[in-house]
Amino acid sequence: MVNLQEKIASLCPSATFEEGEYLLVNVDDKEWRSLAEKLKEELGFDYLVSVTGVDWKETIGCMYYFTSTATQEKLSVKVAASDRENPMLHSVSDLWKVALIQEREVFDFYGIVFIGHPDMRRLFMRTDWVGYPLRKDYDDNPELNPIRLEAEENEDDSFTVVEDEAGNRTKKEYKIFGEDEYVVNFGPQHPSTHGVMRLRCAVDGETINKVVPVCGYIHRGIEKMCESKSYPQTLFFTDRMDYMSSFQNRHCLCLCIEKALGLEIPHRVKVIRTMFDELMRLSSHLLSFGCMAMDMGATTAFVYAFREREQIMDIFEKTTGGRMSQHYCVIGGVAADIHPDLIKDVRELCAIMPERVKEYHTLVTGNVIFRNRTIGVGVVSKDDVISYGTSGPNGRASGWSCDVRKHAPYGVYDELNFDEIIYNEGDSFARYMVRMDEVMQCVNMLEQLCDMLEKEEGNEIAAPKVPKMVKLPAGHWFQEVEASRGAFGVYIESDGGKNPYRMHFNSPGLNHIGAVDKYCAGYKIADLITISASMDYVIPDIDR
Amino acid sequence: MVREDFKDNEYIDKLVEELNASGANVVVGTLDNLINWSRANSLWPLCFGTSCCAIEFMHLGAARHDMARFGFEVTRNSPRQADLLMVNGTITYRMAPVLMRLYEQMAEPKYVIATGSCNISGGPFKGSHCVVQGLDKILPVDVFIPGCPPRPEAMYYGMMQLQRKIKLQRYFGDVNRQEKLKDFLAEHPEEKEAMK
Repeated sequence: MVNLQEKIASLCPSATFEEGEYLLVNVDDKEWRSLAEKLKEELGFDYLVSVTGVDWKETIGCMYYFTSTATQEKLSVKVAASDRENPMLHSVSDLWKVALIQEREVFDFYGIVFIGHPDMRRLFMRTDWVGYPLRKDYDDNPELNPIRLEAEENEDDSFTVVEDEAGNRTKKEYKIFGEDEYVVNFGPQHPSTHGVMRLRCAVDGETINKVVPVCGYIHRGIEKMCESKSYPQTLFFTDRMDYMSSFQNRHCLCLCIEKALGLEIPHRVKVIRTMFDELMRLSSHLLSFGCMAMDMGATTAFVYAFREREQIMDIFEKTTGGRMSQHYCVIGGVAADIHPDLIKDVRELCAIMPERVKEYHTLVTGNVIFRNRTIGVGVVSKDDVISYGTSGPNGRASGWSCDVRKHAPYGVYDELNFDEIIYNEGDSFARYMVRMDEVMQCVNMLEQLCDMLEKEEGNEIAAPKVPKMVKLPAGHWFQEVEASRGAFGVYIESDGGKNPYRMHFNSPGLNHIGAVDKYCAGYKIADLITISASMDYVIPDIDR
Repeated sequence: MVREDFKDNEYIDKLVEELNASGANVVVGTLDNLINWSRANSLWPLCFGTSCCAIEFMHLGAARHDMARFGFEVTRNSPRQADLLMVNGTITYRMAPVLMRLYEQMAEPKYVIATGSCNISGGPFKGSHCVVQGLDKILPVDVFIPGCPPRPEAMYYGMMQLQRKIKLQRYFGDVNRQEKLKDFLAEHPEEKEAMK
């Protein structure tokens, strides 16, 4: 860390540093742009994990979290603008493509305009929304923003702010689609969008030239609501973001709060949590398999996948009482002890799964239609997936080793023996195969976890000293876990009170949808369905 | 749960029998019953899912719960072919006009089921600046199904309540009554003001 600090200090003398869980660099916006270039080129920080807007009252700005994919070194950078009326920061969207969508989110919530960002439109809120909701001085008077039942105008007007060498900033307005472009609208109510996502595609004949996603149809303002809730209350939102990895999301938030409180978690709890993580991943990948096959017309596969999902749901229900939203993980432990049948049920599941997976492969993987529609379709290179930050199975299908369970183990993943599945083709078929192979890895891990849980003595379900009133010390924390769809991150900033000052959820789905143009452009319009099915995004995860 | 503990709303069925026995015209009543019976047993839901409830609805369609047994299996992707708008999940301010349009595109008779606590009162998102706090704020709702998300069994119960309601609509209105009300208001425009 000291070494890294010296290097950055030599690159950017005006930067100040703070020690923390990761090295924090405070940099002025004037130097930020040149430092960003050096971070990428010279220090190898090629993966921008998260861009989080924060309102610090006097100033308003962003927290950036970086990881180097080669060394797994982590770094955070804080850039702030003092002008609250017209805050402006320099964009890094040309260096890390993931910033294209994440900076738009910051603009939507805080009104920070990014200089050099090509497309400054609102992301989640309606185009006629008044105010920037996550600012501390936001006026939430319902008369300003009533429920509007008239349809929105198509949001074609965008602008970009460019800066010349002398520092003069000019605003350039332009249209997203040219006048001669033929635009096909897809969604928000469409069975293959896997939720309420809208994609506007400019097509030339059957070939897609450009895909413009329109998000926000299920934006519920979770981050805003968290700021007025106590920490245990915020846990309930995590189950409803990505409902197919509800346990992992909740685990992540619990880990982050526990890290801030300095709680030591008993080993038995870690085993139970890891077991539920893997059960959740298994159920999520089964749904992904079923839906992908169904999107291509193979409805039967869906019924097969849901047969096994029901079995997993029964396991969840016995221990936690809930099928979809378990609310099982709590700060410091889990909500209740495991059901006496848990280990037996999981073992039964593990025993049937290899046979069932074989059945899936016979049914779908070998099918000639399926292969023709997925092999060589939606190819993305390793550099692109890193730049767009599409982690999880999508990144691993393009050869990017991005499994948080391997690189920054939490729970008991460091004690488990499992493989990180990596394919190098980068096409839809590879993304499908990563998930199918991960199903087998889940089964493998679940067997090991059953053994571990049997060896555990006692019935500890929580850390011995969990405070009744959870108050985090002033500071900020960032925690990542591997959710079913990729790296899920939680950023908490606390001012010492019982409510979080700022809570940001860095969802894998947002990065996936930010990259959908990269994945789909150049392919046929029918491939859009198969590619987005293979990317397997969940919309409430994107919109939050 | 033991079968005997389950309190089904059979009184509604009994009420139908009673009303039919005492009040209905033989020919029109029988015909009405036939129409309502067939309507109730072939409800085609619109495939409209926004969040978690939609996954439980998918479970309803899969093998274990199999909603085909009760005539719900033909989930339609076009509102023009659907009888039932099953709102599975939270409705936000941005989605509200889209939902309204879908509702208006459906042909009469049409029914709305609001699934999950979000659609009852905002549920976990009570107080959010961009979530519609209850579907009844924007649409007329026939049946609310509580739960977050409701179990498939609960969804069944709600959908079968709707079936019962349809069998009763000759007496307690819904579509028929609305039509009559429209005619009535056309004849007596002064009543319109009073109703507001």
